[in-house]
Amino acid sequence: MKRNQMLIPMPLRYLINAVLFAAFLWIMNSLITGGAISRYHSGIISSIGISIILAVSLNMATGYLGQLPLGHAGFMALGAYTSALIMKSAAAAKGLESALGASYAAYFFPAALVAGGLAAALFALLIGMPALRLRGDYLAILTLGFGEIIRVVLLNIDNVLGFKLTNGAAGLQKIPTTTTFLFTFIFVGITCFVIHTMMKSRHGRAILSIRENEIAAESCGISTTYYKTLGFVVSAFFAGIAGGLYAGNVGILNPSSFGFMKSIEILVMVVLGGMGSMLGSVLSASVLTALPELLRSFAENRMVVYSLVLVIVMIFKPTGLMGTYDFSLNGLLDKLILKLKGGNARFQKGGPDE
Amino acid sequence: MLKTMLKVNDINVYYGSIHAIKGVSFSVERGEIVTLIGANGAGKSTILNTVSGLLRSKTGSVSFLDKPIGSLVPHKIVAGGLAQVPEGRRVFLNMTAEENLEMGAFTRKGAEAAESLADVYMRFPRLKERRKQIAGTLSGGEQQMLAMGRALMSKPELLMLDEPSMGLAPILVEQIFEIIKELNAAGVTILLVEQNAQMALSIADRGYVLETGRIATSASASELLNNDAVKKAYLGG
Repeated sequence: MKRNQMLIPMPLRYLINAVLFAAFLWIMNSLITGGAISRYHSGIISSIGISIILAVSLNMATGYLGQLPLGHAGFMALGAYTSALIMKSAAAAKGLESALGASYAAYFFPAALVAGGLAAALFALLIGMPALRLRGDYLAILTLGFGEIIRVVLLNIDNVLGFKLTNGAAGLQKIPTTTTFLFTFIFVGITCFVIHTMMKSRHGRAILSIRENEIAAESCGISTTYYKTLGFVVSAFFAGIAGGLYAGNVGILNPSSFGFMKSIEILVMVVLGGMGSMLGSVLSASVLTALPELLRSFAENRMVVYSLVLVIVMIFKPTGLMGTYDFSLNGLLDKLILKLKGGNARFQKGGPDE
Repeated sequence: MLKTMLKVNDINVYYGSIHAIKGVSFSVERGEIVTLIGANGAGKSTILNTVSGLLRSKTGSVSFLDKPIGSLVPHKIVAGGLAQVPEGRRVFLNMTAEENLEMGAFTRKGAEAAESLADVYMRFPRLKERRKQIAGTLSGGEQQMLAMGRALMSKPELLMLDEPSMGLAPILVEQIFEIIKELNAAGVTILLVEQNAQMALSIADRGYVLETGRIATSASASELLNNDAVKKAYLGG
């Protein structure tokens, strides 16, 4: 039933990946806490992680599901404001901090992030349910409007029911800067793991088949409305989490940073990396976040460069840098083992009766 | 066992303000091959899409095995045992042949699906040879077989085929129709929509002739083959 025979059994495959990821986290974390990487650079690394979550989650909706949501920044804003408000009120409850010490963030921050993700997911459900019943570009138009509505609402409400909450155009300030490298990248790991395993399951197959051909999917007995909404909501959930991490990284939220250009920026990452390739999203999110930071003087012109790069990529590699290719460490190991076992064992085994 | 498999009663389907299907009624009995023939734009595919739930009728009723299905969504209808092979071989182009077939069994349990897969491979040995091949690289005839095999994976009682001969070489058309006959002999009831009236009537038990959204004539297939009006309009004199 499987496309390739797997030489390494399934639990071991997860274990190898988990151990390597943990080792990467540990090395990077000790470099940062040890002072080998400056506070400035670790901030950039965190924002790379946030971009990765945003791009990988948008890739779920565009690359795998084949829809075109243009309001990813809106979902990010929802998550950012929700978790920022939770963290601010947690910090305001002074008793908590003295009772739990500095580690109070470790207890509250993940919960605040998930709350932010859920807020984004709820709104995605509300706009996805009507929009995704239809075939075509309605979702693009709806999410485009939604993203702007979120931004304009945040810009114009100073208080909610008498409480001074979001501060409108002045921005939400003094948010506890609880985002650390470790938090960010643990959530990067969770995002990639959840989306990857989901896409390998039968639900993922259903989502891919909708991208391939919606009418055929429907005639296979797949509820296309359900799976389109599911994919879209999961995508928005992780955008909300990324928003929460962003809030904890910069400490100040301003509605103008969640405009249409932010949504496009994320979309550019996905398209450039290759729609339908998680590896592509991760790579292009890393590069496109790091470059403007590392080349400060060049940052002003990046929109010009973005469009140039996009045009060039679309001419020479219309499927994006990685196409739909996805890297699998265990797949590579499988190939290596086969090679070591001797020559073309694979081909002898192949054939119709394999 | 119920004798009447599908009963369509007085359906009216609109595309916006265009009245595409005007009060069509027909039925399919268990074990039959029934064909709907007619020229381009007569409404053949529209009727199939209405039965499978992709389109909605404004009036009338569609019932399958005595249960009304007119208001069900497509995936529920498939799970009920009514599968459609959509027009134009809509296979999942970037998946392998076997993955395409597995998608067809989406509504069923793993063990049952494996059984159906073996079944489909027996009926279409060519698909077994090509199981690891990406569907987009299969030939037109193979893609048609794949689309049919995928529909069979849901183990339907009634199989609806929309223009299986479309764009295929005559020899392949004959092969496909041979397979349809075999499927019918194996107990699958067939509703066939075709432009190739000669071919369709040669294997069918009964036929309905559609003209601009209405049923013009209905009779046994052999009668239709000898009907002068039908001959003139669809069979080239």
